[in-house]
Amino acid sequence: MSLKPEATTDPFVWRIPPQGRMQVPAIIYADRRLLGQMDSKVFEQLANVAGLPGIQGAAYAMPDAHWGYGFPIGGVAAFAAEEGGVISAGGVGFDISCGVRTLHTGLNREQLAARKTELADRLARDIPAGVGSTGPLRLNQRSMDQMLSGGAAWAVEQGYGSTADLERIEEQGRVEGAVPQEVSAKAKQRQQDQMGTLGSGNHYLEIQEVEQIFDAAAAAGFGLQQGDILVSIHCGSRGLGHQIGTEFLAAMVAAAPRHGLQLPDRELACAPIDSALGRSYLGAMRAAINCALANRQILTQLCREAFAKVLRQAELRLLYDVSHNTCKFEQHLVNDRPKKLFVHRKGATRAYGPGHPELPPGLRDIGQPVLIGGSMGTSSYILVGTTAGATQAFSSSCHGAGRAMSRRQASKRWRGKELIATLQEQGILIRSPSLRGVAEEAPGAYKEVNQVIEAADRAGLSRKVARLKPLICIKG
Amino acid sequence: MPWEHFYHTADVGIRGIGSSLAEAFAEAAVALIAVITDPACVEAKTAIELTLTAEDPELLLYEWLNALIFEMAVRKLLLGSFQLTIEGNRLTARVAGEPVDPARHHPRVEVKGATLTALQVRRRKNGTWLAQCVVDV
Repeated sequence: MSLKPEATTDPFVWRIPPQGRMQVPAIIYADRRLLGQMDSKVFEQLANVAGLPGIQGAAYAMPDAHWGYGFPIGGVAAFAAEEGGVISAGGVGFDISCGVRTLHTGLNREQLAARKTELADRLARDIPAGVGSTGPLRLNQRSMDQMLSGGAAWAVEQGYGSTADLERIEEQGRVEGAVPQEVSAKAKQRQQDQMGTLGSGNHYLEIQEVEQIFDAAAAAGFGLQQGDILVSIHCGSRGLGHQIGTEFLAAMVAAAPRHGLQLPDRELACAPIDSALGRSYLGAMRAAINCALANRQILTQLCREAFAKVLRQAELRLLYDVSHNTCKFEQHLVNDRPKKLFVHRKGATRAYGPGHPELPPGLRDIGQPVLIGGSMGTSSYILVGTTAGATQAFSSSCHGAGRAMSRRQASKRWRGKELIATLQEQGILIRSPSLRGVAEEAPGAYKEVNQVIEAADRAGLSRKVARLKPLICIKG
Repeated sequence: MPWEHFYHTADVGIRGIGSSLAEAFAEAAVALIAVITDPACVEAKTAIELTLTAEDPELLLYEWLNALIFEMAVRKLLLGSFQLTIEGNRLTARVAGEPVDPARHHPRVEVKGATLTALQVRRRKNGTWLAQCVVDV
């Protein structure tokens, strides 16, 4: 079996034809160099995904794809329940609904410049980040269940933000079908005091400047101008999502023989969508999505309060909030026929094109903002979903640069203190509780984000709108 | 070296090696802590008793590491001492650590969970035991 991707007529699209147990082809979006940088494990994992029951279309890899567990990170696959389709905990990942939201501040670079250090210090003080940090509220059993059902809408009811925010969040801030009773006591225990915390690793809150506009019309529609100051928050469902991932991965491995599933490897643990375990995971996973949306909403309010203490004229308005690790029930065309599918996106962003009925009125004519996170020193991007993207990878795009180097390699190559000094010379202020953590997350440990974005744009998955330069980064 | 980390692009592989299965599991736990902080700087002040069972030794390692991740998360602890016995599919342990002190421990990253990736528990040709997997950070 040769899992070497074959070139197609499009230089940004590669294909592995069905072979062995593959029911559909694997499609990889990348230029030749990005493809060359991909671990062969990506192709192996993609081929395994393509062999799962009920898969539709193809198993897809985004340009930032790399080796994950079960599914590659940057993997997209959709399944039909009525065709024996499965749902996979490994296809969503541990950090369920980890994602990014970006806010306008109404400030320009000059207004920020005078108070930049003060703002960095204030944010570092007021945004709980790092290992063992706790948030501003502690949930009891009742409020935990309300949060898991209500998502960001619940957070707004608690005084964190305004109802105007909800319109700019996928599913208006609250995914339907969450079942808090399917979330274990241990998962809830892990989350009790973690609401409104950033976490650690690659999670951050970043102040950014719009450095370049590529699509004037879309940028105007998103309210973006060169020199604008934005805030981006990257984090997820914290301990609750991690525990749900841990528990259901093990449960799906144990139940696979009972469901007649022969897994090519255990990490591809899954269950039929129409099974007690499949439904149970869906209920718990959706609760975790709501948890992530509520968490980012609370962090938004903490950020607004920090700004109010330093730059009172700032008005933080939500541009959009997207998730990267989800399984969502969506309608897509398969062989020109509309079908309701369970779309897994693991390290990938939904990217609806203009006119999609699920987009809020202010964005419907333009398309969905696709928010691509950077890595402290490198650019972030805002893209927009396209009509053409709907026929590719179920309206999905990439989610970031993707790591190119292990944490150990990174911590051997860079020292946190020196890295912070170097970035400061470039005008980027880093605040983090961990110098070693900063070294492990060094910008150089990631792939070239510009190249990933170019590939996503040229492949037609989404279109470039703006590039953002980091100015302040609060790292977990 | 009784424990080590191995290569993974996005996450970290942890490996424990010991003269017995239990020793390999204890060393894997030290490797897990070493992802977060320097294990040598964690003092054993608070003790926790654990009892776990699983279908096979590999899933027992998965359960063991995830139990440690869970205890650290909910108690805001770092663990540094691992005493355990394994009989059949049953693991009993007494583990100990202390509250996270960012100024002293400089914790660098949280571990979200143990994964089934590169999950292996086996006896090597030289008679030692190996216990490993990739953890998601």
